[in-house]
Amino acid sequence: MKNVNKNSDPKRKKKYESPDSLTSVGWTEPHVITLADESNPLLLDCGEELAPISVEYEMYGEMNQNKDNVILLLHALSGDAHAAGWDKKALEMGRSWRVDRPGWWDAMIGPGKALDTNKYCIICSNVLGSCYGTTGPASIDPETGVPYGLTFPIVTVGDWVRLQERLVSYLGIEKLYAVIGGSLGGQQALEWSLAYPDRVERAVILASSARLSAQGLAFNAVARNSILNDTNFNGGNYYDGDQPAQGLAIARMLGHITYLSETAMRDKFGRRYRKNGNRPGFHLGVDFEVESYLEYQGQSFVSRFDANSYLYITRAMDYYDAADRGGGDLDRACKNARARFLLISFSSDWLYTPEQTKELAFALYRTKKDVSYVEIPSTYGHDAFLLEVDEITPLISKFLKGDTNHGI
Amino acid sequence: MEFSLQQDIRWDHQVIFDLVREGASVLDLGCGNGELLKKLIEQKNVWGMGVERNMERVVGCIENGVPVYHADLDHGLPQLPDQFFDYVILEKTLQAVASPMGLLDEMLRLGKTGIISFPNFGYKEVVKSFVQSQRMPRTKALPYNWYDTPNIHLFTARDFLDLVEEKNIKIEIGVSWIRGKVVPFKEEESGEAEEILFMISRR
Repeated sequence: MKNVNKNSDPKRKKKYESPDSLTSVGWTEPHVITLADESNPLLLDCGEELAPISVEYEMYGEMNQNKDNVILLLHALSGDAHAAGWDKKALEMGRSWRVDRPGWWDAMIGPGKALDTNKYCIICSNVLGSCYGTTGPASIDPETGVPYGLTFPIVTVGDWVRLQERLVSYLGIEKLYAVIGGSLGGQQALEWSLAYPDRVERAVILASSARLSAQGLAFNAVARNSILNDTNFNGGNYYDGDQPAQGLAIARMLGHITYLSETAMRDKFGRRYRKNGNRPGFHLGVDFEVESYLEYQGQSFVSRFDANSYLYITRAMDYYDAADRGGGDLDRACKNARARFLLISFSSDWLYTPEQTKELAFALYRTKKDVSYVEIPSTYGHDAFLLEVDEITPLISKFLKGDTNHGI
Repeated sequence: MEFSLQQDIRWDHQVIFDLVREGASVLDLGCGNGELLKKLIEQKNVWGMGVERNMERVVGCIENGVPVYHADLDHGLPQLPDQFFDYVILEKTLQAVASPMGLLDEMLRLGKTGIISFPNFGYKEVVKSFVQSQRMPRTKALPYNWYDTPNIHLFTARDFLDLVEEKNIKIEIGVSWIRGKVVPFKEEESGEAEEILFMISRR
C-alpha cells in the first residue's frame, strides 16, 4: 500500500495538460449521428423498439486505411463521450463544466500515452439513456412532443453494445483493435467480446466484473430511492420546473463513498473539521471536511447530470450479468470469446473487488482463453482506474502492442 | 517470489521445451517474464498461462504476449479444476515458497505431470564451502546472504527423493546439470549436480 499524503497527493491534484501540449489530443469536437429511425428501430432487451436514436461520439487519432487500428473506449456510469482533450464547443453546448477540465481519461489518451493517438484511433460514444448527446429520458419523445421522462424504455448494457455496434459498422470498421473500459465501461467491453467475438481483438477491463455484487445493487437502490423520493421528482416529469436536485445530489454523495476507500478517506480528510481551529462547530450542517467534499461532489453533479438518466443507467448496471449468455453459467458464457483479455483490479476497490474480477478471470481461464489478470496495489478504491495512471500505463500500452497470432 | 538463480542460467528451459508435448496445456508457476511460455505457445502450439507475483515481470509477460495471472504461488489456484493442465512447471522456485509440500500437492492436483527444477544443496561445492568456511554457502546458484535469501527451504536431491517416496509421487524423468552439461540423473552421483530437474506424476 502506498503512503498517501493528505494534501500533497499528486494523483488527486488536478494538474491538467493544456490543449497545446504535445501529448494532448488538443481541442475536441463532439459528433452526433442518428443510428436508428422508424424504418430501422433498435430492438431492446425489454422487448420494446426504440427510434429515433441519436448518438454522440468523439474520435481521437486517425483511422488507418484498413480501419484496423480502432479502439472503442467505453465510459462508466456518469461518463460521456468526451474522454480526452478540451471541448471547443463546451460553452456553445451549455457544458460549462468542461471549460476548465479535459476529458475523463485525458491522462491515458494522446500522442505517446497508453492509448497512443499516433498509432490508434480512439472512439468513445455516450450510452443510450444518458444525458450527454445520446438519446435518453431527457430527449423529446416525437410522439408526444415532450421529454420521455419515465416513459423511456428500460435499457441494458446489451442494448448499449448493440447500438455501439451500429456506430462501429456505420464508420466502416470490421474489427476493433481493442475495446477498453473501467467499471460499467469494463462490463461493456466484456459484453462486446461475448456478443461480437469475431469483431474484438483485445479487451481491457478495469475495476470491473461479470456482474454487480449484492452490495452494489443495494447502493444503487438507495441512490434511486433518494431521487424517486425527492419532492421535485414528479414522476420523472420535472423538465419544465425544478429538478430533483437534492435527491440526485444525495445519490452522487453515496456514489462517491463507494468510489473511495476507508484508507483513501482517512488519507484525504481524516476527521478534520473545515474551520474553527479544527474543533466542532456544534451544529448539524457541514462541519467535517469529508462532509464538505461529499456536499461539493453532490452539488456539482446536479449541474451536469439528469436524475432520470441516473435511474436508467444504474438499472442497466444492476441488470448486467455476463453469465446470462450461458444460461447462468459464466464459464459457458465465456466459451465463444475470441479476444485477448487484460483484466486489472485494484486492491482497495470495494465496489468491484479484486475477488469479483478474479471470478471473471477464472471463468476465462477455465475456458482456455488468452487472459491476463493483474491486481494493482492502491489505496484509491474504485476511483483507482482513473487515478493510477502510472501503474496501468505500462500494462495497457504493452498489452496493446502485443500481437494476437497465438494462444487461441 | 524472487528467482533464486541468475537469469542467464536457463538450461532447464531447453529441457522443458523438449519435454512438453505439442499442443499441450501448460501452467508455469513463477513464470518470470514468460520467456519459456512464449516459446512453447509460439513453437509448440501450447495453451498456457503463467503465475507471477512480481509486477515488473508481470509487465514483461504482457509485453511477451503471454497470459499471466498476477498472484502469489502460496495461494494456489483453487479456482481451477483437478488435472486441468497437461504440465505444471516450477522452475527453481520450490525452495523459495512458504509451503513446498502444499505447492507440490497443488501442482499434481492441477496437472497430470509436474516438471520441477531446483538448485541442489547437496552439490559438492556447496557442501565443501559450508564445511570449510562453516558459514552458509554462497555460490553462483545460491548467491544470497543467509539473512536476505528467498531460498527458505533448501534441500538436496536425496531430500527430494525421500519426499516423493513418502508422498507416493513417481519420478518419470530426472536430469542433472553437471559441469555445464545435461546428463541423466543418477542418485549416486547427485553430489556432482549443481541443479536438478525432475518430471513427476502421481503414482
